[in-house]
Amino acid sequence: MKWIERQRAFIDFTLSSLWRRKAKNLSLLMVYALVIFLLSSVIFFTQALRKEAEAVLDGSPQMIVQRTVGGRHSLIPTDYAEKIVQIRGTSSVKPRLWGYYYHPATRSNYTIMVPENYPRPDDTVEIGAGVLRTWGPLRDGSFYFNAHDGETVFLKAINTMTNETDLVSADLILMSETTFRKIAGVPEGYATDLTVRIRNERESQTIARKIIHVLPDTRPILKEEIIRTYSSIFDWRGGYVIVLLGGGVLAFFIFAWDKATGLSAEEKTEIGILKGIGWDTSDILTMKFWEGAVISLTAFLLGVISAYVHVYFASATLFEHALKGWAILYPEFTLRPSVNAFQLAILFFLTVVPYTLITIVPTWKVAATDPDVVMRH
Amino acid sequence: MIQLAGINKTFNVGKPNEFKALKGIDLEVALNEVSVFIGPSGSGKTTLLSILGCMSRPTSGRIWLNEREITSLPERFAAEVRRETFGFIFQNYNLIKGITVLENTMLPAYPTGIGHRVIRDRAVSILERLGIESKAREPVEHLSGGERQRAAIARALINRPSIVIADEPTAHLDSALARMLLDIFAGLKQEGKTILIACHDPLVFESPVVDRVISMRDGGIV
Amino acid sequence: MVVRKSTGFLILLFVGSLVMAGLFFIHPRLHRDDCERGLAKRRHLVRELQLTDLCLFTEARYTRHLSQADLHSPFQDYPMAFEHFPSGSLVLPPGHLAR
Repeated sequence: MKWIERQRAFIDFTLSSLWRRKAKNLSLLMVYALVIFLLSSVIFFTQALRKEAEAVLDGSPQMIVQRTVGGRHSLIPTDYAEKIVQIRGTSSVKPRLWGYYYHPATRSNYTIMVPENYPRPDDTVEIGAGVLRTWGPLRDGSFYFNAHDGETVFLKAINTMTNETDLVSADLILMSETTFRKIAGVPEGYATDLTVRIRNERESQTIARKIIHVLPDTRPILKEEIIRTYSSIFDWRGGYVIVLLGGGVLAFFIFAWDKATGLSAEEKTEIGILKGIGWDTSDILTMKFWEGAVISLTAFLLGVISAYVHVYFASATLFEHALKGWAILYPEFTLRPSVNAFQLAILFFLTVVPYTLITIVPTWKVAATDPDVVMRH
Repeated sequence: MIQLAGINKTFNVGKPNEFKALKGIDLEVALNEVSVFIGPSGSGKTTLLSILGCMSRPTSGRIWLNEREITSLPERFAAEVRRETFGFIFQNYNLIKGITVLENTMLPAYPTGIGHRVIRDRAVSILERLGIESKAREPVEHLSGGERQRAAIARALINRPSIVIADEPTAHLDSALARMLLDIFAGLKQEGKTILIACHDPLVFESPVVDRVISMRDGGIV
Repeated sequence: MVVRKSTGFLILLFVGSLVMAGLFFIHPRLHRDDCERGLAKRRHLVRELQLTDLCLFTEARYTRHLSQADLHSPFQDYPMAFEHFPSGSLVLPPGHLAR
C-alpha cells in the first residue's frame, strides 16, 4: 500500500509539473500519438491485407501456365492444354479468358473475364460493384464497349456482385466467351492462359519443370508463388512503408535528441530542490519514469486505438488515396480484424519503452549530485 | 543533542581552486533551542548547515544526532534522515514554480508513502496556522515575498521534523515581516523543535527568541 | 472536491486500456460471423472464377494482377514510360520473379 501511495504521489507531482507547460506537452503528446497512429495503421493494414490475401487466394488455381513471347506475356494456343494434360499428375487443364478493358470516358481500367460457365445470354454482363460506381451514365441501361475491330457493342448488366466481395471483384466484368472474343480480339484457338489442376499439390514443382520441358515458351506460376507474392505485399522494405516508418522514426529521434541533450537549467534547479527537501536519487528517477510513462502510455493508447478505428471501422480511409494512386476504381472493403497481442507488444516496446528510457537517462547524472547545491546560490 | 567532531569540508579537492570551507569544527548544539550562526558571507555558515542537515558529507569528521552517527549513512538513509528529521527553509525559498502552494507544501511527504489525504489535511492545517490557507490553491508565483516565506516554512514542517534549518531567512523580508517570522520560530520552539539559523541580521540574533549565538569566521568558530 | 490528479490519470489509463482490449480482443469476436460470411463469399468467387489476385490497384496490369506480371512490365515496355505511383513503389515484384 505504501508503495502504491508513493507511486501515486509521484504521478500527482509529474502531472502537475507537465501541466505547467500545457501547450508544449500537449502538442508533444499529439505529435507522438500521430506517429504511433501512422505506424500502427500501417502495421494493422498490411497485416490485415496479408491475412486476407492468404485466406482468399487459397482457392486460386493450383497452377497457371502463361506463354511468353519476346519476354512478354502472350496469348496461349488452347491446344497446349492437350500436351500438358498428358503429363503425369495433372488432372485437368482449362483455358482461361481474361483481359483488360480501358473505358476512355472515365479513364478507368476494368478486368473483363469469362467464367467457366456463363449461364446468361451473349448480350449481358455481370459486373463487380466498383464498375457501377465508376462507369458513368449508362445508355438505356446498357454498357457500351468499343470492340477491338472498332464496332460498338451494347451489353446489359443483369447482375451486380455484392459489396462483400469487392476486394476480389470490384472491377470485374463477366461475359460470355463469344462476347469476350469479340471485344478483346482474342482469336479462336487461343486463351489468355491455362489453369492446371493437380492431383497431389506436393508434385506441383515437378510438374512445372516438366511443363517447361515440353513447352519451353511457357511459364508456370504456382499457387504458392501467388500466395508468396501477397504475403510480401507492402513489405516493410518497400516504397511507402519505409517512407512512413522513416518519417516516424525520424520524428521520434528528434524528440529523443531534444530530451537526451540535457535538461534545462530550470529542470536541474527543480531536481536540486527536490533533493534538498528530502527526495533521494531513486525518488527523482521514479518521478521521471512516470513523466515518460504518462506521455508515452497516453500517446500509445491514443495512437493505437485511433489506428484500429481507422483501419477496421473507417477502412483505412487515409491510405485510400495512397493505394488508389492513378486508379479511378478503388474497392470498398472492410478488413477482417487480425491484430494480435504479439503485434501490440511489439508496438509497445518500440514506442513506450524507448521514450520512457530517454526521459530517465539524462536525469541520472543530475539526480545523483549532492543536494547541497541548492543551498549554494 | 547534536555533536560535531572535527568537521572539515574542502571543495574542489586537488584542483588549483581548492577551497577549505570548514576547518576542524567541534561543536555541541542543544536541542529545543534556537541557535543562530553568525558571521560574514564566506565564513562557512551555509556549508555547516548543509552538513548538519545531511545534505552533504563532510570531507572528514563526524556528526552525532542523539547518539546516532549520521555522517556515514548511505544515500538512501541520508535522504530519509534529511526528510524525517530536518525541515529546510532556503534563502531563496526554492519553491517549485507553476504548482500550487498546497502541492509545494506536500512535496517533501511524497516519498514517505503516507496517505494522500493525511498529508493534505496536515498541509492545510499548517497553512492555516501560518495564515496563508486562502492561497493554498494558487501557484506560488502569485504570492508576495512574505507569503512565499511562509509557504517555504509550511513545506519545511510537513514531515514534522524535530529540527528546522533556516538559511538567511530574513534576507528578503522587511522588519515587520522579519518579526512575524521570529514569532513563528518562537511558536515552533515552544512545540519543542530545534531551530538552527544562519544569519547576519541583528534583528534576528539580538531577538529574545534566540538562545545561543555561534559566531563563525574563515571556516571556524570564534 | 477536486479529483486527485493521479486518480484522474489512472482512471483514464484504465478506461483507455479497456477500450483497447475491447477493440482488439472483443470486437473481432462480435463480427466474426459477418467476417466469415464475407470471406466465404470471396473464397467461393475466387474458386469459381479461378481468380489469382486482389483488386487493390486497378491502374496498370502489373499492379492489378500482381502475381501474373512480367518482371519487366513495370517499365511499361519502354524506358520513358511512367511508373504507376504509388502502387508501383509500394509492392514488390511477384515472388517467383523476385527470387
